[in-house]
Amino acid sequence: MSQSRRDFLKSCGAIIVTFSPLSGSVSGVLLSAQGPGPFGTHPSHIDPAKLDSWLAVGNDGVVTAYTGKCDFGQGLLTAQSQLVAEELCVRLVRVKLIQSDTSVCPDQGTTSGSQSTPTNFNSENLALAAATAREALLGLAAKKLSEPVENLTLADGVITGTSGRHVSYEDLIGNKHFDLPLNTKAKRKSPADWTVLGKPIPSLDGTALMTGRFEFVQHIRVPGMLHGRVVRPPEMGATLARVDERSVRDVPGLVKVVVRKDFVGVVAETQYEATLAARQIAVQWNPGPELPPQKDFFDHLQKQPARDTFSVDSQDVDAQLAGATSIIRARYTYPYQMHGSIGASCAVAHVTPQSATVWSATQSAYPTRSIVAKLLNIPIDKVRVIYVRGSGCYGLNGADAVSFDAAILSQAVGKPVRLQFSRQDEMMWENLGSACAIQLRAGLSREGRVIAWDREDWVASLGNRPGYDQPGNIITGMLLGYEPELPKPGSGNPPTGRFSNRSNTVPSYFAGCIAGNCGGDGTIRSERALTHNVRSPFFTGPLRSPLRIQNTFANECFMDELCAHANADPVAFRLLHLQNPRVIGVLNAAAEAAKWDARPSPKTAISGRTVSGRGIACVAYEGNNGYSALVAEVEVDVEAGTVRPTRFVVALDCGPISNPDGLRNQIEGGILQGMSRALVEEVTWDNKRITSVDWETYNSLHLDYEMPTIETVFVTPPDVPATGAGETAITVIPAAIGNAIFDATGARLRELPFTPQRVKAALLENTRRAGKV
Amino acid sequence: MRQKVTLDVNGQRHVVEVDPETPLLFVLNDELGLRGPRFGCGMAQCGACTVIMRGQVVRSCVMPVGAVGQDEVTTLEGLGSPEHPHPIQQAFIDEGAAQCGFCLSGVILTAKAVLDVKPDASDQEIRDALGSVLCRCFAHIRMLRAIRKYAEAKRT
Repeated sequence: MSQSRRDFLKSCGAIIVTFSPLSGSVSGVLLSAQGPGPFGTHPSHIDPAKLDSWLAVGNDGVVTAYTGKCDFGQGLLTAQSQLVAEELCVRLVRVKLIQSDTSVCPDQGTTSGSQSTPTNFNSENLALAAATAREALLGLAAKKLSEPVENLTLADGVITGTSGRHVSYEDLIGNKHFDLPLNTKAKRKSPADWTVLGKPIPSLDGTALMTGRFEFVQHIRVPGMLHGRVVRPPEMGATLARVDERSVRDVPGLVKVVVRKDFVGVVAETQYEATLAARQIAVQWNPGPELPPQKDFFDHLQKQPARDTFSVDSQDVDAQLAGATSIIRARYTYPYQMHGSIGASCAVAHVTPQSATVWSATQSAYPTRSIVAKLLNIPIDKVRVIYVRGSGCYGLNGADAVSFDAAILSQAVGKPVRLQFSRQDEMMWENLGSACAIQLRAGLSREGRVIAWDREDWVASLGNRPGYDQPGNIITGMLLGYEPELPKPGSGNPPTGRFSNRSNTVPSYFAGCIAGNCGGDGTIRSERALTHNVRSPFFTGPLRSPLRIQNTFANECFMDELCAHANADPVAFRLLHLQNPRVIGVLNAAAEAAKWDARPSPKTAISGRTVSGRGIACVAYEGNNGYSALVAEVEVDVEAGTVRPTRFVVALDCGPISNPDGLRNQIEGGILQGMSRALVEEVTWDNKRITSVDWETYNSLHLDYEMPTIETVFVTPPDVPATGAGETAITVIPAAIGNAIFDATGARLRELPFTPQRVKAALLENTRRAGKV
Repeated sequence: MRQKVTLDVNGQRHVVEVDPETPLLFVLNDELGLRGPRFGCGMAQCGACTVIMRGQVVRSCVMPVGAVGQDEVTTLEGLGSPEHPHPIQQAFIDEGAAQCGFCLSGVILTAKAVLDVKPDASDQEIRDALGSVLCRCFAHIRMLRAIRKYAEAKRT
């Protein structure tokens, strides 16, 4: 028996994990999940280096954990509860998780970027706190029972000595502070010893959700609460000319028309009255600028002044390409896409002359607190932001804006205000996923190897998350006169420092060498990747797999083009240019699970109206934050131009898995969301404004869509830390589908989404080219 | 103009004083404190506000409360409780068929309504009924599996 196994048995005993009903259906756990600390944790100085900032044991034996990483549907409530239960050897039902309440939780910034698992489940923060607490409790028990720690066993919050005497957590520390720093030497339990983590425990909020009891931020009600609506400008860049308050004088229940620079809102006694007032109010706006036509947008993008950044530049690309047997060129484009959260955003704010409380679905509780303080001119320690889940968010939906807006309205009327966005408020003004154009060029040797690869991308960006001090990054701040983050024109300098691939700009096949140090995943040493950041006419922000999905679409489809030119099998050709064992691992696992049909693409015999094909794509998400490879099988109706994915097989390596069922749910959702983005999702605009502002004008696959099957394979190498997993699978979907379409038809789709019109155009182009040959 | 409106919701009678033009959804949320139906779009496009009336699904965000009349309104919480979920809710719990869960009224009530009318509805018919129901987390596969499981259990 290994040392760690023996330690575990001594320290934890045999835990019997009951999934139900104790762990699975206690809606009360969730409904009361937000609130003050049980015994006077002070809001203004929650020091993440102190154990008491993370964990408290109550007199009732309940272990309360305070986390700055929140659950908005991705399963963090359950997984973080499992983590605490695991390390402290208590049943799940005894764990209460408080998420992102700035009065009691440590500041963990934003819950985003697939960073929650690496942050809280490895060797720091919540995981370290739980391990520290377990060791501290064992130490206290050893003293109390007069036995050495090695003799003690631990089960469901009770520590027992060899004499049979025992003591509970609540007897040791109930309602008292630990007064200890986090102990960086505290030992986490090894995955081999897990009894709660690593198990497919059903989501703790399942029953409350399915029975309609779950409390979303939309349900928060505060005594004396009024209802607000905002009145947004008709277009980006429009400024307020005049508000005619008389136009709403007859609206019953109207409390106030609130105007602050270009911000306009109404407050009324009921939601309906607020809606009426917002609809009826006469507001004149000075028009904004004309927008670049959507039809030629990517050409426009490539001509704009830009801030240029090299991710890598071996400085020999042109020379190497000059010696290549063949050179392949292509441009890929990726449209603006939306979070399009199903629930229009909502927040409740209660602002008094001395303080502000905001119930918010923001992923950034502390940053939101900071911005609210700034916008309201209230000291930051008088502002409390309480996270309450809204509808699913995939980056930055309207949750931050609606929180700021609610605070402004509440301050203006001196009463609590609930603000509900309309669907148009949400969709016209959210921070969109960036549009990108990606130009690629690569040379093949006579033997069919890639000898040099050059890529250049143009990313449209404006604004971002507001962070702690940039309200102008989203609509509210802009209306109040704050400037957004702007890309500044400039000339790119050669890359320095360590190679980094945070945005997956660099294909997995690059060696990624900077000054002789190579950090890439591949073997191509003649390499250049240049990014131009261009001012976007619309706000942009982090939409699930931000820039990673755009870049991977281009990189992985272009790799497939090179492969076709080399007349090689897409899996074998990738393997030929890869060196990272974890990327290789998932690529092989996906191919094996899918029973990959090894041969060059496209299929040679293509006939009939419906043709089928398979494609593959892989990624090292952000370079080192999870690895995935995915095989897509599709059917293409060549007359209608419709694409129907029939099967996805994904292999994922994200290190030790906290909850395999939760992970599968994330992967399935991510894949299908990626499929919707690949097939139908695209923001549209006319010469003045965004025109995709509801579900008639912005496409999303509804529940009637005939879904493909999804098979998931986990690859877990030993002794690696946990990585993120929520964005890893979605990243490869557009490329895998595009490659499958090519395999089925011989037509290469380089523009997303793959609409019937684009598919038919590509088929026609393909026929024309074949005719010439 | 506010006036008294009587509503039968989930087996209970309520009298509320509201403008009869107020969308039923606002009354369910704000006056009765119900959490099942939710504001998604306010335009009957997504299904998040779905309730059942006379066995039919209704988008409560566009139904004026004054038009409800004598009809009993059933919301997601009217189907079952956390202690005693309705079998279709239990199927969703068992399959873990949600992520954020905001869309569930549309998904669960629409599926229940179609299967109440036609217990042997095919997968295609169930999907057709769900044609204007949206889930942006894309928990589609689990949801359809839960519905199928419920439908099969109902038939036997």
